[in-house]
Amino acid sequence: MESRGAKWRWGLLDVVVVVFALIPVLWIMSLSFKTTNTLTDGHFIPREWTLENYKTIFQTDQFVRALVNSIGIALISTLIAVVLGTMAAYAIARLDFPGKGLLVGVSLLIAMFPQVSLVSPLFDIERRLGLFDTWPGLILPYITFALPLTIYTLSAFFKQIPWDLEKAAKMDGATQGEAFRKVIAPLAAPGVFTTAILAFIFCWNDFLFAISLTSTERSRTVPVALSFFTGDSQFEDPTGSISAAAVVITVPIILFVLFFQRRIVSGLTSGAVKG
Amino acid sequence: MSATSTAAKHRAQPLSRAEKARLSEGKRAERRLGWLLCAPAAIVMVAVTAYPILYSVWLSLQRYDLKFPDDREFVGLSNYVTVLGNQYWWTAFGVTMLITVVTVVVELVLGMALALVMHRTLVGRGIVRTSALIPYGIVTVVAAFSWRYAWTPGTGYLANLFSDSAPLTERASSLAIIMLAEIWKTTPFMALLLMAGLALVPEDLLKAAAMDGATAWQRFTKVMLPVMKPAILVALLFRTLDAFRVFDNIYVLTAGANETSSVSMLAYNNLIKGLNLGIGSTMSVLIFLTVAIIAFVFVKLFGTAAPGSSEEGRR
Repeated sequence: MESRGAKWRWGLLDVVVVVFALIPVLWIMSLSFKTTNTLTDGHFIPREWTLENYKTIFQTDQFVRALVNSIGIALISTLIAVVLGTMAAYAIARLDFPGKGLLVGVSLLIAMFPQVSLVSPLFDIERRLGLFDTWPGLILPYITFALPLTIYTLSAFFKQIPWDLEKAAKMDGATQGEAFRKVIAPLAAPGVFTTAILAFIFCWNDFLFAISLTSTERSRTVPVALSFFTGDSQFEDPTGSISAAAVVITVPIILFVLFFQRRIVSGLTSGAVKG
Repeated sequence: MSATSTAAKHRAQPLSRAEKARLSEGKRAERRLGWLLCAPAAIVMVAVTAYPILYSVWLSLQRYDLKFPDDREFVGLSNYVTVLGNQYWWTAFGVTMLITVVTVVVELVLGMALALVMHRTLVGRGIVRTSALIPYGIVTVVAAFSWRYAWTPGTGYLANLFSDSAPLTERASSLAIIMLAEIWKTTPFMALLLMAGLALVPEDLLKAAAMDGATAWQRFTKVMLPVMKPAILVALLFRTLDAFRVFDNIYVLTAGANETSSVSMLAYNNLIKGLNLGIGSTMSVLIFLTVAIIAFVFVKLFGTAAPGSSEEGRR
């Protein structure tokens, strides 16, 4: 039924979409491979290719420390948020208890909370508690804002699991807890994994908390370190270094997206739209 | 709500005394487990949001500047008078509102188009979906730097297209670029939510409408839009509140120069650069109130279609 012309028109639209989505990414990549001399020539494709920018950033302590901070903080926050979120989502999907609606409502409110409203009080509280400019000082708000996401997506996943299996396990003498650990958890693993990716992307992306609640290399993450980059000397423009660092922190996300595209889409939409 | 409905169910079934006791025993165990499983998540969420926001209300009632810590004093609502009587606040508020309204409207239109393309396309569906996800995943700061360099005279491919002006040094063009960066980054998210709504549109209904002679536009407005309404509202609500928080792009693109600060940017500057906890907290509270009002209006306007309510309604 679909004509050849229709196919071409769709193809053209596809190309527009792909170009629209990828151009800024390709541009920053292109900048990162340009030599110092050609950096400001304005060409989209580098005329001289070099890896110098990457060598430079991996030799500076500033970037390497920030990368370690970013990876550590994002992984720990994701892990804790997913564990707590899994527990809560299981209860929401499976158990009947008063206060369930309230919990769902509260996590929805937090998902929409203006994060900047927390910056001033957290700044003061963390300063007093000695959490300012430490890993836990960032991990705490990250867990908080990753939790609504994990609770939503996971409870949606949990509702699709064949729960008769749990009944069967209980019939065979397993307690509710055992049924959860041994039967349901393995079935839910793909959903949990997807949720972990989404939570990781959130923590990896954050800029506002990271720039407000840190002050030194001790806990500064890469997005913040990028905005403080300077060249080797004050006469050198840091464009090349910033671009290379930007590409380095973009690569993991692109890999996630490439490998788990289908799951990420279902995870992102399951929480927000119910059929 | 769910508790009362199950209680009613139990009442309706005549049960022997012993059976009832056993059931409520299991019921109580289930409740305990439910609370136990939810407690850690609930405690963390409340401790890191509810307590600080109350604390910031307290801070907003004080003169509290970390540069002059000895001057700390309870001043009532005078910080609010200061902020609300300040033209920088209202400029930032206007900028934030402008960015929110323009980006959300453009994203809704583009997102709908993108959703239709992703849903209907005949060739390369996987590639299109994957590449549409990339802007969502990219670190906002990275994207912001890419746009900044693209518009930097000499360096950028875009700046060179438009004579030799420096767009990031003028207010109107700066705002346009900030909006462009926001739209690029979040349209895919909008499209994904809308696509989930599109998947709910029954194919038969579209075919039947086509048979009855409905044009493509009529099929879109009369068949697809009504079915997609809940998805559209959720997407709009999420994006509106998200757009109102705009910070990263402005920080990197203009750092708030030429009156391009958003309210988040202004609060950040007062707090971290100015170290003025009193004023910073006042702005935090005002932003919180604004967002609460926006959310309230959305929920009031759209009633049961709001997220969360469907969750409770179904149980």
